[in-house]
Amino acid sequence: MKLYEYMAKEVFARHGIPTPPGRIVTTADEAATACGEIGEVALKVQILSGGRGKAGGIRFAATPDEARHEAEGLLGSEVRGLRVDRLLVEKKLQIDREIYVGIVVDGAARRPLVIASTAGGVNIEEVPEKLIVRQLIDPAWGLMPFRTRQIARRLELQGDLARQFGDILARLYRVFRATDAELVEINPLVLQQDGKVVAADGRLNVDDDALPRHSDLPQVEDGTDIERRARKAGLSYVELDGDIAVMANGAGITMATLDIIQHYGGRPANFLDAGGGAGVEPMAGAIELLLSRRPKALLVNIFGGITRCDDVARALVTVAEKRGGLGLPVVIRLVGTNEKEGLAILREHGFEAYRAMDEAAVKVVQAAAASGGAMGGDSRWQ
Amino acid sequence: MIVDERTRVVVQGATGNQGRFHLIQMQAYGTHVMAGTSPGKGGQEIGGLPVYDTVEQAALHHAVNASVIFVPAAGAKDAAFEAIDAGLGVVVIVTEHVPVHDAMDIMAFARQRGVTIVGPNTFGIISPGKTKLGIMPAVAYAPGPVGIVARSGTLSYEIAAALTGAGLGQSTVVGLGGDRVVGLNFVEVLRKFEEDNETLACVLVGEIGGTAEEEAAEFIKGMTKPVVAYVAGRSAPPGKRMGHAGAIIERGRGTFDGKVKALEAAGVKVATLPWEVVRLLDEVLPSGNGNANGNGRVGSTGGR
Repeated sequence: MKLYEYMAKEVFARHGIPTPPGRIVTTADEAATACGEIGEVALKVQILSGGRGKAGGIRFAATPDEARHEAEGLLGSEVRGLRVDRLLVEKKLQIDREIYVGIVVDGAARRPLVIASTAGGVNIEEVPEKLIVRQLIDPAWGLMPFRTRQIARRLELQGDLARQFGDILARLYRVFRATDAELVEINPLVLQQDGKVVAADGRLNVDDDALPRHSDLPQVEDGTDIERRARKAGLSYVELDGDIAVMANGAGITMATLDIIQHYGGRPANFLDAGGGAGVEPMAGAIELLLSRRPKALLVNIFGGITRCDDVARALVTVAEKRGGLGLPVVIRLVGTNEKEGLAILREHGFEAYRAMDEAAVKVVQAAAASGGAMGGDSRWQ
Repeated sequence: MIVDERTRVVVQGATGNQGRFHLIQMQAYGTHVMAGTSPGKGGQEIGGLPVYDTVEQAALHHAVNASVIFVPAAGAKDAAFEAIDAGLGVVVIVTEHVPVHDAMDIMAFARQRGVTIVGPNTFGIISPGKTKLGIMPAVAYAPGPVGIVARSGTLSYEIAAALTGAGLGQSTVVGLGGDRVVGLNFVEVLRKFEEDNETLACVLVGEIGGTAEEEAAEFIKGMTKPVVAYVAGRSAPPGKRMGHAGAIIERGRGTFDGKVKALEAAGVKVATLPWEVVRLLDEVLPSGNGNANGNGRVGSTGGR
């Protein structure tokens, strides 16, 4: 789960990381008021996407009237394809230097990785490798104070700046651990002309699997409506832009199924992993979800392990009976646990199933091409 | 390899639905399951085996040396620490949705104690005909000369079943797990395959995201045994997490093309479709490896 900048900064501030004074606003009047209180401000759109500065999502205002005017332009607009509902109105900083500092989960090393650079303020991917300091941290011991001094030294930070940086890095590591973060990032960490260091931006991505133990954090909904509905139902679903709906079990085989459809010239409409031993009801819900996007054809590809073929068959039949037919070509490939029972249920209700994934993929691509959007009640396909 | 006939297993979380079901499945396959554990349920029996409150008791009474964990995600870290602390050599964590910070902690403790962790979010490990520790469907496998290492469960079943159907059995099949932080990785498993007398060729089943396949490719350059690969996620758009925590193309890293290029540069034949792995293996398996049937088909190596 990604947090908005203002939420990330609230968490940072709770852990003693200095952030600029600011207000979160949803109207132009509130923006004007905030500017009146704070003085010269930056107005920053709150969206779950990077690169908003380049996309015109950050404006500056010296007076309440200017703030109102800029806020009117930003609120309700779209930045990087995302609707702007909220602005963070924040004190404009007098910048001397900009530093990048972040901590991520390094999967290959199985440890937290600190990444820092004095070439901050820009996209870290564009910074030459020689200007980046990387340091793995052993989670058993945590980020020791000597390590923060060492990293500051490697960045060639001196004196009070080094001390402030080390303190902020130690606190950032505590945020990383305390919030089960996959990523925490301050870019830029700003050295102001008055010598004070402050987090001018903030990113905090929390591990979804750890959310059950984080009632302390705000809930942020990301993705399309259907993606949200799927997540609520405990399904792993990603929307794609094709017209062949796919349900499979297991992330790897689902990805492979999409690849194979594409290989044969079709365009998958989604990723949906209905694996993990989901029962009839959740799978029926998953099929309903897929049909709600009006695909041209549906491919169900199941290699039953924990997932039982008879449950899959029952889910299909349940949806078909509820809707008086599925209303589109359906291609089913069903093998594995309780295969015989599953196939019997399908046959009874006039569905046929394939054993080979290859054959099924070819079939569904043909069916989607043939159906061309004009579906209706073609009984051959149920 | 990693596990065999001498592996003596305790199942943690044995009284839950999944734990109970798979304890019995493993027993039926011939795995030496010695006991189960479930805090507060000590004294019960499952599949004719004793259930203990702690792993320590199971280790004391049954000399177990491996664990398979079915404990729900919230308790998985505790369970893994308990197994490592009890001195077991191999810990297989089947549990899905283990928080990634918990996984990092588990790996840190396992490193200190020199314990092999498989998973989390893994189907486990099987040496066909000898033992299985995990949830894989036994029918997909047969003994033979091919080592398979995969990030993904169902996809590897698919490929193993295709090999078995074509008469190509497997020496050992390892599921690394679909999470971002897991124990065994491709390089560690490939190194064991390279040293393993029963493995003649390897199959790597990868997917987009991370850099595990690229690191594997570097290692494969120094291997003597042939490796073929399949990588899932060719059609995946960047920025979308495809089910597995690791399967996401982020900041241009971990792309399908990058992985295939790295593998091919290491001399790996990469299949376009999963079932092509069978044909590619036929091309690379040594035909005169001392087996009566030539290229190591089931039956020729099955007797060992």
